[in-house]
Amino acid sequence: MILSQFIFVPLLAAFLIVLFARKKENVAAIIALAACAWILIVAVIGFLKLPAHGGLILENTSGWKIPYTIALVLDNLSSFMLIVVSLIGFLSAFYSVQYLNHFNGKWNFFALFMLMMTGMNGVILTGDFFNLFVFMEISLYSAYALVAFGTESEELEAAFKYALMGAITSTMILFGIGILYSYTSTLTMADVGLQLSHSGTPKLLFLVYGLFIAGFGLKTALVPFHAWLPDAHPSAPAPISAMLSGVLIKTLGVYAIVRIFFNVFGAPTVVLQILMLLAILSIVIGGFLSIVQWDFKRLLGFSSISQIGYVVLGFALGTPLGILGGILHLFYHAIFKSLLFMDSGAVEYATDTRDLRQLGGLSKEMKVTSSTTMVGTLSIAGIPPFNGFFSKLIIIIACIQAGRVVLGIIAALVSIVTLAYFLKVQKHAFYGKKGSAKVLEKVPLAMKAVMIVLAALCLLSSLIMIPPIREKYISPIVDTVRGKTSYIQNIEPYFDTGSIK
Amino acid sequence: MQNNFPNEGMSVIVKTITRFTVWLIFLYGLYIVIHGHLSPGGGFAGGVIVALSYVHLTLAYGKNFVLDRINKFAMNSLEAIAAILIVLTGIVGLWLVGRFLANFLGIGTLYTLLSAGYIPILNIFICVKVGMGLYLVFYYLASFKPQEG
Repeated sequence: MILSQFIFVPLLAAFLIVLFARKKENVAAIIALAACAWILIVAVIGFLKLPAHGGLILENTSGWKIPYTIALVLDNLSSFMLIVVSLIGFLSAFYSVQYLNHFNGKWNFFALFMLMMTGMNGVILTGDFFNLFVFMEISLYSAYALVAFGTESEELEAAFKYALMGAITSTMILFGIGILYSYTSTLTMADVGLQLSHSGTPKLLFLVYGLFIAGFGLKTALVPFHAWLPDAHPSAPAPISAMLSGVLIKTLGVYAIVRIFFNVFGAPTVVLQILMLLAILSIVIGGFLSIVQWDFKRLLGFSSISQIGYVVLGFALGTPLGILGGILHLFYHAIFKSLLFMDSGAVEYATDTRDLRQLGGLSKEMKVTSSTTMVGTLSIAGIPPFNGFFSKLIIIIACIQAGRVVLGIIAALVSIVTLAYFLKVQKHAFYGKKGSAKVLEKVPLAMKAVMIVLAALCLLSSLIMIPPIREKYISPIVDTVRGKTSYIQNIEPYFDTGSIK
Repeated sequence: MQNNFPNEGMSVIVKTITRFTVWLIFLYGLYIVIHGHLSPGGGFAGGVIVALSYVHLTLAYGKNFVLDRINKFAMNSLEAIAAILIVLTGIVGLWLVGRFLANFLGIGTLYTLLSAGYIPILNIFICVKVGMGLYLVFYYLASFKPQEG
């Protein structure tokens, strides 16, 4: 299993598009789709093969061994994340092919899209702090450019805001990495964890915790670091909104937080409590701010803040059930939020507006969009048997089991708020009185196909909850997150012992 | 070579001095790249200096003078080709040695020009990538005109 292909295939695709597909836009789409399909297939193979390798595949790059080189690490958690990213990436790329008919410069879009995939795959696979920072910047910079892709003043403003806030917090992360490096003299995550486990908890480490919570908290869009998201998500083209909300905030934010705080720092209680507080704030504030929105995509953006709060809450509980809920909600949210963003894209494509006050009565003219939005609504609101029900239920039960009854009740109540603002979308966009906006154009087949696939996944992914499947595929991931030192112990045999003195 | 845009750019004094300095800057950039594995510097630093020599020329003579001599499309393509070559070097390492970006050339004698395996080759690719990329960024920013009103 060659792990570096997750990084060099999309990277190569990005530059091949720049080189060959500048005049031929279909070639750009074909190269991007082929690279995405490749990654998806390899990610699935990796996930299935992993148990045979003892749950860990490690690849040293260049000629040395860790800690003298950068290692790529595929364990249960990263392999799961790779599948989520490549699945949503492939579907978004497929959706973009026809969605971009209204834009100029398809090749630009696909080249940036592939760079974003490179960055995210890199963040997921890397076992090195500085490498994590570099890949994070690669995907962030492509995300800035993609948010500004329409080059309207509003989009440029959103991208500028995102870039500014992203740059400040990236500096914080770099600063934190610098402090860690000066203290431990190593950048390999497992080695940092190993050295810290010998030296106890120096006071310096709390500064690093703070810097990382602020840094990765902004990438996750947790309240109070959320200000960029409601601007950036509506401004980006719909497939990019789906990518940003579906996987980017989860990879750069949630995954990085889980990997660093759980596997390297051993889940310190103080951090878990802070994360719990930020998560519950996000759930409540994101939920209530969504209700008052009239822009379809802006509403979805605030909803993302609320839902990512659920994911972080699950992880921050630190119990096996909570982590299971967090992992499942992360996967399910990627599916239904991408679906909803693509639905909003289809509405915008057809009617040229996303203002809910102008829309209305679209259910007769846009049957596929209307019914897939209904599926997305039922999933996100947590109506059984759709996937969102199971993950939210697990998180709420985990809260009560961990003795945080108040948090559980708040999470359950905001779930009703979620239903409320999505019923608002249903009433004002698809049912109710006919609005002033007319259907100008039919939604192309490829866009419809992707929405139907995602809607089907909303139902099918509930099957993960069947106990034998859950035991086989999801429990190892929970163990990886929970086993605070198992990540370090698994990597320790790969360390260089004495070839460099 | 004839200057088709004599009225653009800065004064005659600046243009004359630029004629002497631009080659020095360019050569210094190349020196930094080629000696990147022996002395401080490398592909990135050298690439920046190479780009600066173009920037220097643009400032003194105006951008049309530079565009008359170099092709923007070619610069774009060169940048992409350099990036592809960097990735391919990594893949060759994977293919021959079994690790991504592993050294597949002999190490050579220490402190001589032909040493350090594939590092000088990577430095040259990085120089092209950074030099072209940075100049294009400068060019696009320079040719940006805000809309009126």
